[in-house]
Amino acid sequence: MSEGIGASVTRKEDKKFLTGKGRYTDDINRPGQTHAYFVRSDVAHANIKSIDTKAASSADGVVAVYTGEDVVADGIGGPICGWVVPCRDGSATKEPPHPILANGKVRYVGDHVAVVIAETLAQAKSAAELVEVEYEELPAVVDLEKASSATEIHKEVPDNCYFDWELGDEASTDKALKSASRVVKLTVRNNRLVPNAMEPRAALAEYDDISESYTLHTTSQNPQLTRLVIAAFMFQIPESKLRVVAPDVGGGFGSKIYVYAEEAVCTWASKKINRPIKWTADRTQAFLSDAHGRDHINNVQLALDDNNKIVGLRVDTICNLGSYLSAFAVSVPTYLHGTLLSGVYDIPAIYTNVKGMATTTAPVDAYRGAGRPEATYLLERTMDAAAREIGMDPTEFRRLNFIPKDAFPYQTQVALQYDTGDYEPQLDKAMEMIDYKNFETRRSEAAKRGMYRGIGVSTYIEACGIAPSAVAGALGSRVGLYESASVRVDPTGTITVFTGAHSHGQGHATTFAQIVSEKLGVPLANVDLIHGDSEKNSFGMGTYGSRSLAVGGAALVKALDKVIEKSKKIAAHLMEASVEDVEFKEGKFAVAGTDKEKAFGEIALAAYVPHNYPHETLEPGLEESAFYDPLNFTYPSGAHIAEVEVDPATGVVKVVDWAACDDFGNLINPMIVEGQVHGGIAQGIGQALLEDAHYDENGQLLTASYMDYCMPRADDLPSFKVGYTNTPCTHNDLGVKGCGEAGAIASPPAIINAIIDALSPLGVTDMSMPATPQKVWKAIQDSQSIAAE
Amino acid sequence: MGDISLTINGKVETHDVGDNTLLVDFIREKAGLTGTHIGCDTSQCGACVVHLDGVSVKACTILAAQAAGSEVTTIEGIGSSDSLHPMQEAFQENHGLQCGFCTPGMVMSAIELVSKNKNASEKEIRDGLEGNICRCTGYHNIVKSVKAGAEKMGV
Repeated sequence: MSEGIGASVTRKEDKKFLTGKGRYTDDINRPGQTHAYFVRSDVAHANIKSIDTKAASSADGVVAVYTGEDVVADGIGGPICGWVVPCRDGSATKEPPHPILANGKVRYVGDHVAVVIAETLAQAKSAAELVEVEYEELPAVVDLEKASSATEIHKEVPDNCYFDWELGDEASTDKALKSASRVVKLTVRNNRLVPNAMEPRAALAEYDDISESYTLHTTSQNPQLTRLVIAAFMFQIPESKLRVVAPDVGGGFGSKIYVYAEEAVCTWASKKINRPIKWTADRTQAFLSDAHGRDHINNVQLALDDNNKIVGLRVDTICNLGSYLSAFAVSVPTYLHGTLLSGVYDIPAIYTNVKGMATTTAPVDAYRGAGRPEATYLLERTMDAAAREIGMDPTEFRRLNFIPKDAFPYQTQVALQYDTGDYEPQLDKAMEMIDYKNFETRRSEAAKRGMYRGIGVSTYIEACGIAPSAVAGALGSRVGLYESASVRVDPTGTITVFTGAHSHGQGHATTFAQIVSEKLGVPLANVDLIHGDSEKNSFGMGTYGSRSLAVGGAALVKALDKVIEKSKKIAAHLMEASVEDVEFKEGKFAVAGTDKEKAFGEIALAAYVPHNYPHETLEPGLEESAFYDPLNFTYPSGAHIAEVEVDPATGVVKVVDWAACDDFGNLINPMIVEGQVHGGIAQGIGQALLEDAHYDENGQLLTASYMDYCMPRADDLPSFKVGYTNTPCTHNDLGVKGCGEAGAIASPPAIINAIIDALSPLGVTDMSMPATPQKVWKAIQDSQSIAAE
Repeated sequence: MGDISLTINGKVETHDVGDNTLLVDFIREKAGLTGTHIGCDTSQCGACVVHLDGVSVKACTILAAQAAGSEVTTIEGIGSSDSLHPMQEAFQENHGLQCGFCTPGMVMSAIELVSKNKNASEKEIRDGLEGNICRCTGYHNIVKSVKAGAEKMGV
């Protein structure tokens, strides 16, 4: 069986995880290690009048206690916002300071007030209880819709508005709305979520006073970026004096992109006490202080003409960005959201306004899909609402408005240009997979059992492969978003790949090796992948936004091409032929029209034992690097169809069937791709039915444990039917688009549309996320009482 | 409190522990077996499931002292890299893991589940794994793995 591109080979990384040999940050210990515990604010918003650390400092085992004053005294800065946008009035995004230990004020429950470092974790925890903080409480700001008139959270952020941004043509869109034969209006809320990677965040920081350098092991999706931010922006030390290692990382989903206060504090303090410091979040700390996701309110207006063609779309959004601006907080609701509002539809006029608000809640940032699920949710909910209003089948209404396949490349009205796509076959296939045409029979059968059965469609697009640096830079990104790869061929022909991408479940050790195997004709077992260590890997931007393969994989192909190119020259020399006559196929270099050939391993050996070698034109060795900056985003798309049954007695929604047909371009390992789709759908179902991060009016997070925040479990979910279409990406060598986020983007509107469809006989036309049994039951009761009147 | 002894994967481990030391901390910190993970603080996630005298338990729900004298099996004790347990093999072959963090607990729970119910249906497997949270896989391939593991184990 082939081990190359397109083969569902089992994963190289599995054995270590299956035998307990995974090595996550908390599994690593150092001699002389101390333990950190953070004193966190238990109030949402307050001025700090005083902090008394005396008792804590003299408690058993305590090595040091630090507060914000110590951070300021050492000139340590806070994490930066990685992407900013211009406001409608021409002003810049308001960027308040983000101290790593509170500086005079706390702004959310969980905000870091002090750190206690002790010999044992138990001692650090006990001593933390002795830190006395006197607060002068201020009103909490929790209600997103009232945030602009609430108490000011940062003096740098008037009206608690970080930015007020727009995209598209307002005049033409409003004109379309005015002259339309029908305007469908809908307000939706994208509920706030906590990403909840199963491995809680952790950090192990050490300082070497001989080399005057730090080493930080941390739970990061992008260790090189973490190094850049901490060294250059927070500590102002030479970047080379900080090594950041992200060893095995137990899931990220966006929440492990940012540089967090805890890892910076531990790193800074490891020099002050000259001993290693370990910190590991417990789950409650994770709930309180991991960056949350989503939390938008979208007002949507969709204009239709007499033929039910869409003629305009206006979306006014307010989004909750929490107490501080996290790294990609600004880009998620703007350039990763507003630019996706055309979806898979031909829409001639689009305008969107987004206001990013401050509240006294945890910072909000990317969570699987990051902006694209919010765009898809509002659009796909509105598409169904429109279809219902005009009495059309929702699949037919979508077809009518799809971008036709001969329209590619397609320029949307919101900046993006889609390179490829073909949306009808996806929908056809998904409908076939779920047997759409016989759905009414199943609905009737369910009704006989007293159940309401519904079907819901979502046809989505996403922009992945983040991102073309020039485009991102023009739009406000402060970093480049290329990726790096190095290929080191050993004298015996085995290969080590170094990538700037980072795997925390995605299976890069396997897929990247498959690309090497395909290109060089070497067995998978001969290829190893090194990632996650700033000392070993070239600078790279890490893994998020479904970018690893589309950007990192493309960089790898470039590096491999360089290896092949050099190998051909060596082969030509060894076989006394001209380079133009040397062909490389299935691991062998052959001279065209002759029986002369050399195996890849022979070339590798010749490169390192260059006794017979073209020294005058070629250096010895076989090791090549490449950086790849994408020319465009990639545009995966698909159709997901959910079938649900609602029990009117309890309001419980059961997902009974699921069909997903996605176009990810070419697939490297279909088994891994399918796993990504499953996981994404599960998170989307979680958002639609179960999960909700809820703060009370005082800013206390009521859902701060797995007792209160409902994670999807095995018995909440069905098995999934997964299929594909393929329009290869036109601008990367692999023709790949990215698959990591699709499921989470597509699924929430499919579920909610299915629930509304199920309850449509009762006259239910709206349902918010999460559609909990209580909410669904109430909708049923309300509809019946209206019917009774 | 003083020394307690228990047998982990056939090896006697005797360590001085505090009164409130949990079994999971004993396994990770004292015995140095870091395959057993901690994913929550409310005994919900199942990342720390081990077998205690043959019965699966969340190692965060009992004190080390309560386990004194017992036989504990952790993920490190059921197979090795060159001789995987059939359930471990099934998880690899069916892509039943992604980030790997929940995996040890999931495998330990799965082994007990199929040992008790060799012909477990999909519903019974899903119900049986209700105490183990996975954020990556959507459980689809875990369910497949457990079914395949049951067949391989020949239970």
